[in-house]
Amino acid sequence: MLEAVSERLQSVLKKLRGEGHITERHLDEALGEIRRALLAADVALPVVKDFVARVREKALGQEVLTSLSPGQQITKIVHDELTRLLGGEAQPLRLKGFPAPIMLVGLQGTGKTTSAAKLALFIRQKLGKHVLLVPADTQRPAAREQLEQLGRQMGLPVLSTHGESSPEAIVRNALVEARRKGFEVVVVDTAGRLHVDEELMAELERVAEILQPSELFLVADAMTGQDAVRQAQAFGGRLKLTGVILTKLDGDARGGAALSVASITHVPVRFAGTGEKPGDFELFHPDRMASRILGM
Amino acid sequence: LPEVGSLNPETLEEALILADAGPDLASELASDLRRALAKGLLSPGQERAFLREKLLAFFPKPAPAPAHRPEVILVVGVNGSGKTTTAAKLAAKVAASGGKPLLAACDTFRAAATEQLQLWAQRLGVEVVAQRAGADPGAVLYDALAAAQARNATHLIADTAGRLHTKDNLMRELAKLHKVAARAVPEAPHQVLLVVDATTGLNGLVQAREFREHAGVTGLVLTKLDGTAKGGVVLAIARELKLPVLWVGVGEQVEDLLLFDPEGFVDALLGEPQRG
Ligand SMILES: Nc1nc2c(ncn2[C@@H]2O[C@H](COP(=O)(O)OP(=O)(O)OP(=O)(O)O)[C@@H](O)[C@H]2O)c(=O)[nH]1
Ligand SMILES: Nc1nc2c(ncn2[C@@H]2O[C@H](COP(=O)(O)OP(=O)(O)OP(=O)(O)O)[C@@H](O)[C@H]2O)c(=O)[nH]1
Ligand SMILES: [K+]
Ligand SMILES: [Mg+2]
Ligand SMILES: [Mg+2]
Repeated sequence: MLEAVSERLQSVLKKLRGEGHITERHLDEALGEIRRALLAADVALPVVKDFVARVREKALGQEVLTSLSPGQQITKIVHDELTRLLGGEAQPLRLKGFPAPIMLVGLQGTGKTTSAAKLALFIRQKLGKHVLLVPADTQRPAAREQLEQLGRQMGLPVLSTHGESSPEAIVRNALVEARRKGFEVVVVDTAGRLHVDEELMAELERVAEILQPSELFLVADAMTGQDAVRQAQAFGGRLKLTGVILTKLDGDARGGAALSVASITHVPVRFAGTGEKPGDFELFHPDRMASRILGM
Repeated sequence: LPEVGSLNPETLEEALILADAGPDLASELASDLRRALAKGLLSPGQERAFLREKLLAFFPKPAPAPAHRPEVILVVGVNGSGKTTTAAKLAAKVAASGGKPLLAACDTFRAAATEQLQLWAQRLGVEVVAQRAGADPGAVLYDALAAAQARNATHLIADTAGRLHTKDNLMRELAKLHKVAARAVPEAPHQVLLVVDATTGLNGLVQAREFREHAGVTGLVLTKLDGTAKGGVVLAIARELKLPVLWVGVGEQVEDLLLFDPEGFVDALLGEPQRG
């Protein structure tokens, strides 16, 4: 695996073969290429700068392990550091409370509604819990119908919200209904919103206040570029995020946004969306993502 | 008034990277600027004008609007980019300028995609041709083309399912829609609009290549420019593929679709000049 880094990076690292330890000269050239590779993978510029500085610090003067060339060793440092920032070991879902509330937030079109349904199915199938889907998007045309249809496809109940007009009222009712009917988990879909939309961001804070979610996921699109930083700052700054769901990983985007979002929010990426079908959803693997970002 | 706060190659390179123009294009333009400065081709304060001109040259002029009625427009793109909303906004534009739009709900795959377009159509007072979920999108388009001709629609705007450009079978489905349109109406589809989300990074260029190849994209719509993203990936797309940007989406309401303004776009990308 360490041999297969993207070509340009590989050719720089090759030149470092046969050197006894990592010197500043090695590093400058290699880090220049690593910077370029990360930017080409859509990692955000401020995150790249921090990351490269950290790798430099770690690598400088490090004894080269006998089994590795300096090039391989720099690659290993980069890979390990990426993996660590992306979330290290996979974490199990935290389900606290009765019902345990889970809430999904994010920009328009990232995949919240689809992921809410997929996550509910995952909880039903893998954890054997009774889950209620809650459509709290009152903005997008046919958002509720979308969740209802997904629920029907997956055989999962969806809270009926006819009559209620505000997301706050919907989630309050969801908690009462879930308790009454014995649902152990509620998964709440919210409307897509821009982080600059003050009114809708304040609404999210109110919904989170009512729900007290035991998991609060930011849903981010794997194709996102530099804007990932602003999204992460804004959502992470106002809500106690517990993780990120990265969607549309079935495409060929390198997915550098994963690193941007994880480093800015200081929460790990927890799940990956890998398609449009109910089962296209899995636990996120930071090490695989590190390889993907590096083009390995 | 003269410009103060001029751009230097380093700040330019960072501004372009932050706008999603990509590290290669950014360093190329920074080198161009560096070279021009070294050769003494620019006097202080002219950097911005120099770059502005270079970037504006990337955008080809849109072709004149086709005269054929009905004009057939396919709206395509990856998942969640804003196709359905854009189709509805375009229909509203046609109606506002005295035309008679017809919408076609060719996304028969995504949950409640048809209902979403139908709600928009209802809101706009525009007709929509739809079938049940899971129907063949080609059959929906075929029906819609016949309906457009029978009802004297001036524009047929077809919403299609979101798809990643890496899925061969789904890309072939778009090629098929293209053929269905061409068989029913001469030279249709007259426009194939690729909807690109402004928050998209460099994958946008790969998307555009593939959609152009398989679906014959003729122009771009850049959505969600009302956020903080600058949408710089369209620089690379316009340059490499010679595709014009036609419209920009600046919100979720029907009026939030504007004609693309290259000058305004480039100025926003380079940062507003400070005036002294
Ligand atoms: N290929 C692929 N498509 C996905 C994935 N997750 C979601 N989608 C698609 O992305 C599009 C948007 O998904 P939604 O779930 O409607 O997104 P959303 O965030 O709820 O959108 P808004 O409510 O409008 O903000 C749909 O076409 C989904 O089918 C994924 O992992 N892979
Ligand atoms: N802020 C903002 N939101 C937009 C804009 N255009 C679309 N949206 C929102 O983005 C989300 C996705 O839009 P859709 O029109 O459903 O996207 P789509 O490409 O049809 O999605 P799929 O059919 O699932 O692939 C919705 O919540 C829209 O309201 C825009 O210009 N600005
Ligand atoms: K998106
Ligand atoms: Mg949604
Ligand atoms: Mg759609």
